[in-house]
Amino acid sequence: MHIPDGYLGPITYGGLWAAIIPIWIYASKKVKEILKASQVPLLALSAAFSFVIMMFNVPLPGGTTGHATGATLIAILIGPWPAVIALSIALIVQALIFGDGGITAIGANCFNMGFAGVLAGWGIYRLISKFNIQHSTFNSKNPDVKNTRHLIGAGIGAYAGINLAAFLTAIELGIQPLLHAGADGRPLYSPFPLSLTIPAIMLEHIFLFGIVEAVVTVSVLIYIKKSHPELISG
Amino acid sequence: MANSKFKIQNLKFRKLWMGIAILIILSPIGLILPELLKAGGAWGEWGADEIEKIAGYVPHGLKKLSELWKAPIPDYAFSGWDKGVKSYIGYIFSGIIGAALVIGVSMLIGKIFAGKNGNS
Repeated sequence: MHIPDGYLGPITYGGLWAAIIPIWIYASKKVKEILKASQVPLLALSAAFSFVIMMFNVPLPGGTTGHATGATLIAILIGPWPAVIALSIALIVQALIFGDGGITAIGANCFNMGFAGVLAGWGIYRLISKFNIQHSTFNSKNPDVKNTRHLIGAGIGAYAGINLAAFLTAIELGIQPLLHAGADGRPLYSPFPLSLTIPAIMLEHIFLFGIVEAVVTVSVLIYIKKSHPELISG
Repeated sequence: MANSKFKIQNLKFRKLWMGIAILIILSPIGLILPELLKAGGAWGEWGADEIEKIAGYVPHGLKKLSELWKAPIPDYAFSGWDKGVKSYIGYIFSGIIGAALVIGVSMLIGKIFAGKNGNS
């Protein structure tokens, strides 16, 4: 899902750079307000985790590969705006040093995976964790039930978050033939139309990579609850 | 004072740091699994050559922009280390280098951000 250089034309990559910069500025502002010196290693750990987990390519037999991003997990652990920063750091290092994702596409990749995926995943997690159903066991103050709700919320949030990131990627790639065609009528950048990008990208994320993201998220959360319960707030 | 704080932080998250290290060592799974299941790269992350095979031509803008940046360690692989066990070792090295860079940048940015509010 890391869009390389050349797949997005200037309207799209420029537009997404224009979108991500105020997001980074806002995220930095929020992080400056809340980040304590003792939490800095957590930020570094989170960014490192995201970087490393993205090295675990999961294959579709005979097909393409994908990977988890850790976006929702990190948002749950350190907050959504620090997560935007952490994910962006990992994505930028991937692009600059390893060519994983383009330079012109940094805005797009950070917007899709580092912002949309983070906020959607975290938002859904919060909704499910806090949602109150009257006279239901869901309202129970029983810590086991609360625990389960958090884990379910985390799994669903992670699944939704990465699928949103994938969907945005599919749209961005798919509109290029419409936006940028040469004098000969051939696309200048991504030659794949929406009718191709959306099914290709979404099916694999809905049926595999989204599940991988959810499993990674819930597994790590369970581990952290055991070993560092103080990191899980609320 | 600063020294002991750093040590305490190290101890505090030691298990998590070790988790990262273990993940880096296990990272070749990300190469081995696709090889075993005969999978290629990610959808839509193809280079100009592969695009030519898929679409029959290389879009003009894609050809130009794809040469924009020469990453030092393209695709997490070192030249001459792109097959077999060497590729797995190279992958781990890439993981170490990348994680170290990410950690370094995060610590730097984090310290700058945390320093601005006087929280400790």
